[in-house]
Amino acid sequence: MNNLKVLLNGIVKENPTFVLLLGMCPTLGTTSSAINGMSMGLATMAVLICSNFVISCIKKLVPDMVRIPSYIVVIASLVTILQMVMQAYVPDLYATLGLFIPLIVVNCIILGRAEAFAAKNGPIPSIFDGIGIGLGFTIALTLLGGVRELLGTGKLFNVTLYSEDYGMLLFVLAPGAFIALGYLIAIVNKLRKA
Amino acid sequence: MKKLESSLANMVIVLTVISVVAGGILAYVNQITAGPIEKIKAETLNNALRSVLNADEMPQVSSTNSIDEFTTVYVTNMGVAVQAATDGFGGKLKVLVGFTEDGAISGYSVLEHAETPGLGAKAGEWFQKGAKGDIIGKKPAEKALAVSKDGGEVDAITASTITSRAFLQAVNQAYQAYSGTSMDAASSATPKASAQAGCCQEGKCKEGQCQEGKCKEGQCKEGTCRNGACKEGACQQASCKNACQQAEAPITCGSSEACGRAKTTENN
Repeated sequence: MNNLKVLLNGIVKENPTFVLLLGMCPTLGTTSSAINGMSMGLATMAVLICSNFVISCIKKLVPDMVRIPSYIVVIASLVTILQMVMQAYVPDLYATLGLFIPLIVVNCIILGRAEAFAAKNGPIPSIFDGIGIGLGFTIALTLLGGVRELLGTGKLFNVTLYSEDYGMLLFVLAPGAFIALGYLIAIVNKLRKA
Repeated sequence: MKKLESSLANMVIVLTVISVVAGGILAYVNQITAGPIEKIKAETLNNALRSVLNADEMPQVSSTNSIDEFTTVYVTNMGVAVQAATDGFGGKLKVLVGFTEDGAISGYSVLEHAETPGLGAKAGEWFQKGAKGDIIGKKPAEKALAVSKDGGEVDAITASTITSRAFLQAVNQAYQAYSGTSMDAASSATPKASAQAGCCQEGKCKEGQCQEGKCKEGQCKEGTCRNGACKEGACQQASCKNACQQAEAPITCGSSEACGRAKTTENN
């Protein structure tokens, strides 16, 4: 499998949100606006690329029976580093996403890719897998956040497209996340089969 | 290279090494980022202080006084600002309120909140100068701030009365801390308890009622003890009756007027 194929695989064929349905908690929780969704996607992608690389490098050194705790330690450390770096250098973004950053640790996409891909492939393909899956996740979250923001507040990336008074507030709230995600998955499935 | 076997020794060694390395890296990153994080926190606070005090330049904090876990008074060369917190709709609602020398609100800033996006989360703009719920320039000393539903003069955020109440309560608490005078002298409640018994503290309750414990948080939030609320008939009947009986005015509450009259009798 060449690297480009691995990359595309993560975005389309194995899109973590629309196809694998992994990592639903941050997907539903952070996508109240397009920008929030995108930031969460990018933060997850950063962790995913690093964790895939590190785990792929140490895969031979980790005995099978303790691989899950080892991976979790690696992932948790990376997330904590990301959290501290964000807090120090992009405080505005951290203020918005703060609550969800530690949750990246338990995002099953990351552990899932570590198990399914990084533990079986070399470091370079693992990085590409991280980029691909990360981009797929980012695109999905941005799309979902955009739909919710547009329907809920009439804005897209904070640019007002129509008056907020006509927005369906429901879409910014939790139920809207489920509804919008459901329809998006349906549309993606339809397109994939076509 | 062959994969390591899952023997006990291997597992212990690998896990230990991974943990130690991870710990070391974290300690290093923490050391690097601790400085900038502190700086940003201080900057955020200074910016907030500057905006709530309407200062032209950065205020210098000359003393801080923590009254309790959530209330802190910042005395600066530009004026006094108070940080206060109450329970909002979704969690802690932390506000920073600046006061002018005569006790009027010069500005406010919501430091931390967990309110519903699109509804309660608007608190950051809603009560600013020129907005619908403008509280700037109001003096909590004359009349504790309350939403119009509770007989106050402030328009609540549409569909977010609970957030608005919590916000105004936080502002009122900030004023308490600012004025340094506890209006709740009659009640010997602990600071925390008196903070919860908001209306007692705000002097909205009659002394008797307060001592009778009728100004509990729940009742207060529902507007039991607020003058205006009674007039609006927003009282719950039972609590209203109590108030009336206490005033020795055996009028059945429930209609707005009865309540109002009961109040008047009590005042006399």
